[in-house]
Amino acid sequence: MEFKTILFYIFSAVTIFAALRVITARNPVHAVLFLVLAFFNVAALWMLLQAEFLALALIMVYVGAVMVLFLFVVMMLDINIERVRQGFWSNLPLGAFVGLLMVAEMAVVLSGRYFGLANFPSQNLPADYSNTKELARVLFTEFAYPFEIASVILLVAIIVAVMLTLRKRKDNKAMNPSDQIAVKSRDRMRLVKMAPEVELPVAEKGGE
Amino acid sequence: METTVLGFFEWLWGPLWAPLWTLVQPVWPLIWTLVKIVLILAPLLLSVAYLTFWERKIIGWMQVRIGPNRVGPWGLLQPIADGMKLFFKEVLFPSAADKKLFILGPIMAIAPALAAWAVIPFAPGWVLANVNAGVLYLLAISSVGVYGIIISGWASNSKYPFFAAMRASAQMISYEISMGLALITVLMVSNSLNLTEIVVAQSAGRFADMGIGALSWNWLPLLPMFGVYLISGIAEVNRAPFDVVEGESEIVAGHMVEYSGMSFAMFFLAEYANMILIAAMTSIFFLGGWLSPVSFLPDGFHWLAAKMASVLFFFLWIRATFPRYRYDHIMRLGWKVFVPLTLVWILVVGIWMMSPLTIWK
Repeated sequence: MEFKTILFYIFSAVTIFAALRVITARNPVHAVLFLVLAFFNVAALWMLLQAEFLALALIMVYVGAVMVLFLFVVMMLDINIERVRQGFWSNLPLGAFVGLLMVAEMAVVLSGRYFGLANFPSQNLPADYSNTKELARVLFTEFAYPFEIASVILLVAIIVAVMLTLRKRKDNKAMNPSDQIAVKSRDRMRLVKMAPEVELPVAEKGGE
Repeated sequence: METTVLGFFEWLWGPLWAPLWTLVQPVWPLIWTLVKIVLILAPLLLSVAYLTFWERKIIGWMQVRIGPNRVGPWGLLQPIADGMKLFFKEVLFPSAADKKLFILGPIMAIAPALAAWAVIPFAPGWVLANVNAGVLYLLAISSVGVYGIIISGWASNSKYPFFAAMRASAQMISYEISMGLALITVLMVSNSLNLTEIVVAQSAGRFADMGIGALSWNWLPLLPMFGVYLISGIAEVNRAPFDVVEGESEIVAGHMVEYSGMSFAMFFLAEYANMILIAAMTSIFFLGGWLSPVSFLPDGFHWLAAKMASVLFFFLWIRATFPRYRYDHIMRLGWKVFVPLTLVWILVVGIWMMSPLTIWK
């Protein structure tokens, strides 16, 4: 057995274990961390398929940013496990339907050999083949417009999220840092020239 | 180097070498990689130890003090003594802590700090993994480092570490963006994601032809990005003046309040290993890596070491000079100053590269 195959089985086993623990872990924070582990192993699997850009982008975007924010939210919420479990049986039929649908779709993908996917020519890539460069070439030439439109849609989503939560407080006391930096000492303190006030010695009253 | 080592073993074992080699050969790539990992990590951990010493000395001199001078000649054994002390201290667990995650926290902090060194080229050919997407790998691995802080902050089950963990992760995610955007300009002018090729791309240019290579490195044409990268680097490793993560006046000592002994030492190691990593990355991306500043001196690892040492000195110097930033100012600097600046500069560099005035061909 090739070393790559052993690695594939290790990564897949860890992925499946982590994915199972995501739905079975009692503590939501543990569940999120197992999801991170699953992402990491999927990235490793993609790396084995020589899709290094996808693998590293997955780690950078999902593990490095999205899941951190997820973890933030989950850590701050006070989730009551018992209450979450109450709706289990009533939601089961819908959940089972969605689950079966996903299994069926995945089966179609995985049974590619049966549907004739094996007839596609296998790719023999040279050693200096750069997945990232090829992806960039296609993305910025053939699919430049869809790519830009997708990014604008994401930008709209960001602006909407900001606008939905933006509240102007009336008692806001925030200071403008550039005003603070622009302050000179003479704006704050005025030196006044004046004649010195000399305290005259009080004449002593004798005999007291 | 590999053939030299093998030749040495062949000489050492004499006639016994041939049967031994048939046993060793299948696993030899693995052994050789492990040897290279040790060759990178051992000097790295030693420099981490002496960076702490150097920091205390330099800050001491800047504050007209002497600094550590008791242990060994000129205090040189101080980091060893500190290490021994931490090593023999008990690792305490808070009673309500999540034990497994409490142990995982420091591991998640130090692992990315060490793993990132796999793609750093020290000299031509001196690199553990000369991968095509080296820059992406560095960004991906350094973005994982934030987990060590979040996990330890949460698992401690204590208020101050949790506050610090939230501050730290917000800060690190914000400054990762400006660092990544600053690196995009470097990628544009070097036309590669491979770190070795990024260094080699800096060896060409008008000034390099005149013999002053130092003016051909990326720092001069991309000067604003060099500044953004350096400052974001300091914020990314949570060093002063951006060290609100462990602002002792506000939140005691950050996410490692509840840690003691070796588990605390691992956070410490991770912070300094990350500092050295940022120094190495700055030297490679902007200061020409192992290239010599002038053509009459030979290139080599010593130049990279000298550049890293200067960047590290800059970090220590800044720590001794500036008071701590307020938290909202840190966020403002990252999001309202650096991100727009880098976005505009990407456009400027793009237009510059396409115009007839381009210096990158």
